[in-house]
Amino acid sequence: MLDKNMTVTDAKKRYSAGVMKYAQMGYWEPDYQPKDTDVIALFRITPQDGVDEVEAAAAVAGESSTATWTVVWTDRLTACDKYRAKAYRVDPVPNAPGEFFAYIAYDLDLFEPGSIANLTASIIGNVFGFKPLKALRLEDMRLPVAYVKTFQGPATGIVVERERLNCYGRPLLGATVKPKLGLSGRNYGRVVYEALKGGLDFTKDDENINSQPFMHWRDRFLYCMEAVSRASAATGEVKGTYLNITAGTMEEMYARAEFAKSLGSVVVMIDLVIGYTAIQSMAKWARDNDMILHLHRAGHSTYTRQRSHGVSFRVIAKWMRLAGVDHLHAGTVVGKLEGDPATTKGYYDIFREEYNPMALENGIFFDQDWASLNKMMPVASGGIHAGQMHQLLTYLGEDVVLQFGGGTIGHPQGIEAGATANRVALEAMVFARNAGRDIWNEGEDILRAAARTCTPLKQALDTWKDVTFDYASTDTPDYAPTPEVSF
Amino acid sequence: MRLRQGQYSFLPDLSDDDIRVQAQYAIDKGWAVSVEYTDDPHPRNSFWEMWGHPMFDTPDAAALVYEVNECRKAHGAKYIRVLAFDASAGWESIRMSFIVNRPAEEPGFRLVRQEGEGRMIRYTIESYATREPEGARYA
Repeated sequence: MLDKNMTVTDAKKRYSAGVMKYAQMGYWEPDYQPKDTDVIALFRITPQDGVDEVEAAAAVAGESSTATWTVVWTDRLTACDKYRAKAYRVDPVPNAPGEFFAYIAYDLDLFEPGSIANLTASIIGNVFGFKPLKALRLEDMRLPVAYVKTFQGPATGIVVERERLNCYGRPLLGATVKPKLGLSGRNYGRVVYEALKGGLDFTKDDENINSQPFMHWRDRFLYCMEAVSRASAATGEVKGTYLNITAGTMEEMYARAEFAKSLGSVVVMIDLVIGYTAIQSMAKWARDNDMILHLHRAGHSTYTRQRSHGVSFRVIAKWMRLAGVDHLHAGTVVGKLEGDPATTKGYYDIFREEYNPMALENGIFFDQDWASLNKMMPVASGGIHAGQMHQLLTYLGEDVVLQFGGGTIGHPQGIEAGATANRVALEAMVFARNAGRDIWNEGEDILRAAARTCTPLKQALDTWKDVTFDYASTDTPDYAPTPEVSF
Repeated sequence: MRLRQGQYSFLPDLSDDDIRVQAQYAIDKGWAVSVEYTDDPHPRNSFWEMWGHPMFDTPDAAALVYEVNECRKAHGAKYIRVLAFDASAGWESIRMSFIVNRPAEEPGFRLVRQEGEGRMIRYTIESYATREPEGARYA
């Protein structure tokens, strides 16, 4: 009788026709020491009742690398030991009966250099529909330096973006034009002009503004760039508006990108739903054309939000840093959309750091060296307002775009006043932080003091003073801040 | 108009003590502070004139405030800003920038439109002050 969790080493037995446990086929190697050049994936697996977790982990390794459901003799024509992914560790998830963390190592040669599409076709390919699992979630990945170096990385990066915008030492400010659908080009440009003149650095198209009957894309681009230019002249600052170039084909996206460039835009925008290859193509275009590339993560919550199944946003963030976008939405902590402080910190670190040490309390399972790839600017958007400025600066730091859509356009005295309120609140808070004030505890006093010389800020604070979004998060770290877990 | 460049251009003008406190924050972070001035405030004018080198080895921000005031004596009718440079790997650029002196009158910028074919318009921003030669701008 063969041990169900032992690799069968006798070649005649191993390759005799028929079905065999994945663990027996060589996809479970508890003694395996991952190489520095291995890609490592951490999956949360929920086996079907009666399915052993080790066999489930081996099956994930198998189905995401070389295996099929039955033994094939053609394995023996290859260096199949090398190409088999190896599940090497399975841990129960704390406080989650029936769920396990499975660590799986993949040899670097399994992946085409510089292709997110190829990476994901393996790692989140067929395996996610595999019947012996109730659910499967890709929690984190360790990307070896040798692999990271095959990607361009962010087209511009935080440092060069700041140099181009001539903006240092404070978060950038933005707003999404609202209503997101229905405005004509001319009316839309009005919102852009008022917001930028009032003190924002950026305005933004929403994810689903492309080219619709009420406003075709060229109209939007022309009016928006008139607004950007006029606001720049009115303030003496570099301004931008994320022109969404998302379209049905690459050819059309390139045409829109070129038009944005010809009008002098500093930034273009794409949606996550265009797909990984399209994102990489636009990142290359952006690098070649001195353009900041903003990515709106439209659609991500369909697979990132539930803890049991899908792909964690931290993994999407890693892929996007490889793929080469400059801006990516990453949560606000305090706003209307999903994200607890600890998990969000993990995302921000992935965006902005040269090196991420393992931090289980933030959901980061591996040390990750970014090999000098540019940094991504996180974008905080959704249900935030000037009265939260001390919280936003404390949680998110200063290399971030704070986007106040409703919090700008919904101001009782109009869009320009809304923008000014946000800018004054921001500058006052950064000033106070640098001056050594305890902004977390004194934030409201600091804002009230700044409002004494800024009526729009006073009005904003009065309008939104009680607005909070205090709901439990669905996606929180599995480990407590000081984990007793050895690695 | 009021030139809105820099970290604090939407706040009231900074006092010398405000400047000292902000510069000390930078120095305590290990950044080198420096003073620059210009009579060409175009938003894409990267290179203002340097008032000496960045102060790499000065532990006390009072020295920066002294240099700001020396610069004001020579260039008080122009824009003066304070910068902080971070030389650490992965940044190697500016960390802070704020205006500490302005001309009495800020005439602002003219938006020049060059009509092209179709509805294409090329926009250029031109500082009213730079119509005059260097040294003859702002009084």
